Amino acid sequence: MPEILTVSQVTLYIKRLLETDEALQQVWVCGEISNFTLHSSGHMYFTLKDEKARLRAVMFRRENQWLKFRPYNGLEVVVCGRIAVYPKNGEYQIYVDLMEAAGLGSLYLAFEQLKERLAHEGLFAPERKKPLPRLPRKIGVITSPTGAAVRDIIKIIRRRHPRVDILVIPAQVQGDTAPASLVAALQTAGSLPDLDVVIIGRGGGSAEELWAFNDEGVARAIAACPHPVISAVGHETDFTIADLVADLRAPTPSGAAELSVPEIGELRNRIKLCTDNLTALFSRLYARKRAQIDRLSFHPVLRHPDRLVLARRQQVDEGKEALVRRMQFVLQERRKDLEQKLAQLEMVSPLAVLNRGYSICYRDADGRVVREAAEVDPGEGLRITFRRGQIYARVETVKKDVTLWTKK
Amino acid sequence: MDEKITEKTFEEALARLETIIGELEKGELNLDESLKLFEEGIALARHCNAKLEEAQGKVELLLGIEGGAAKTVPFQPEEE
Repeated sequence: MPEILTVSQVTLYIKRLLETDEALQQVWVCGEISNFTLHSSGHMYFTLKDEKARLRAVMFRRENQWLKFRPYNGLEVVVCGRIAVYPKNGEYQIYVDLMEAAGLGSLYLAFEQLKERLAHEGLFAPERKKPLPRLPRKIGVITSPTGAAVRDIIKIIRRRHPRVDILVIPAQVQGDTAPASLVAALQTAGSLPDLDVVIIGRGGGSAEELWAFNDEGVARAIAACPHPVISAVGHETDFTIADLVADLRAPTPSGAAELSVPEIGELRNRIKLCTDNLTALFSRLYARKRAQIDRLSFHPVLRHPDRLVLARRQQVDEGKEALVRRMQFVLQERRKDLEQKLAQLEMVSPLAVLNRGYSICYRDADGRVVREAAEVDPGEGLRITFRRGQIYARVETVKKDVTLWTKK
Repeated sequence: MDEKITEKTFEEALARLETIIGELEKGELNLDESLKLFEEGIALARHCNAKLEEAQGKVELLLGIEGGAAKTVPFQPEEE
């Protein structure tokens, strides 16, 4: 008779079996969330399912507080946790430590792991990004030469800037050999010094088809490329490791073509604008200087230089007049002065005496005035001057002692 | 000066041209300096235009590298 076990015993046995299995102590599981409940305690209870199976799951508050997103029914997730048995319900379940949203399951996990590693190495650092040249002369395009991507890229580059050279560097963009092919193409591109920028990419596809662009070797080859690299993988919503390493991420191959070259017309306009600006600025400057010259040359001083002379001439005239007036005054004064002097002179002049009836007697021999009778001798010639006229006389007698005023 | 301009890349020339316009816009320069900048600006604009038309617009497919040189053929993508 076989041994009869209680429910608890069986459950405990299963529990021990499961919980001592190494492989179940840390498992990564992907699946879709259903029956999600957030308990008031903060713990999360849900079921992970795929088409064929279900797995009960619990994520305690201690772990789920670090979640960057809020889980919901229908969301594809990747969780990491341990499998254990909950005896009360007779159920095994996964106790979740980590949860990431994903549509890709293990690929997603690999992606995240690589992303984290490369980020840690600094491969995505903004300061590593090379600036794109404003005007590339030759663009390398790493992609499949037969896809829609190459056609779109060429079409758009030609439309924007028909003079830019394009070199298509063929590479496989999906499948197991794609990473090695992309790496080789990147190395080739790096060895061509005349490339100014490199576009690497492919058109849209499933996550698996785009997977080569999440390859570590491809990421490192992009980082090592001496030319600026624009990534253009799939559609706007597809993010790959290549996008993170590239110097610039374009949402699509067409977008990469647009980012890689400026529109030639726009550039021509820009240069024309600059030239116009320059000419306008210069003519403004010229006009300003011209106006300055005009303003100065219309200054009254320069326009009527004779006015300056006129004013001076007036001054001269005025001065001259003053001078003449002054001279006349001075002369008049002098004349008055002279008349006065003459009058005085008149008073002492011998001529005045003559007027009063006196006469002057000169010795004719030497013209000396005779003051005393003794000064002449009889027979000597005399010249006597009157008020008017002279007479010549000869001395007859000399009486020396007779004085006019002495009584005889 | 001319030789230095023709050695400039498109970016350098355009940047310098924009700087010159900025300088002239400030209007702090005397006539001689302005004239000099104006001449340089015109030369730069000509250089930019020349650079713009410099490439030939070839589209090629790389076949391989032979002796360090790229071996290419003209490339015409397939129509849709």
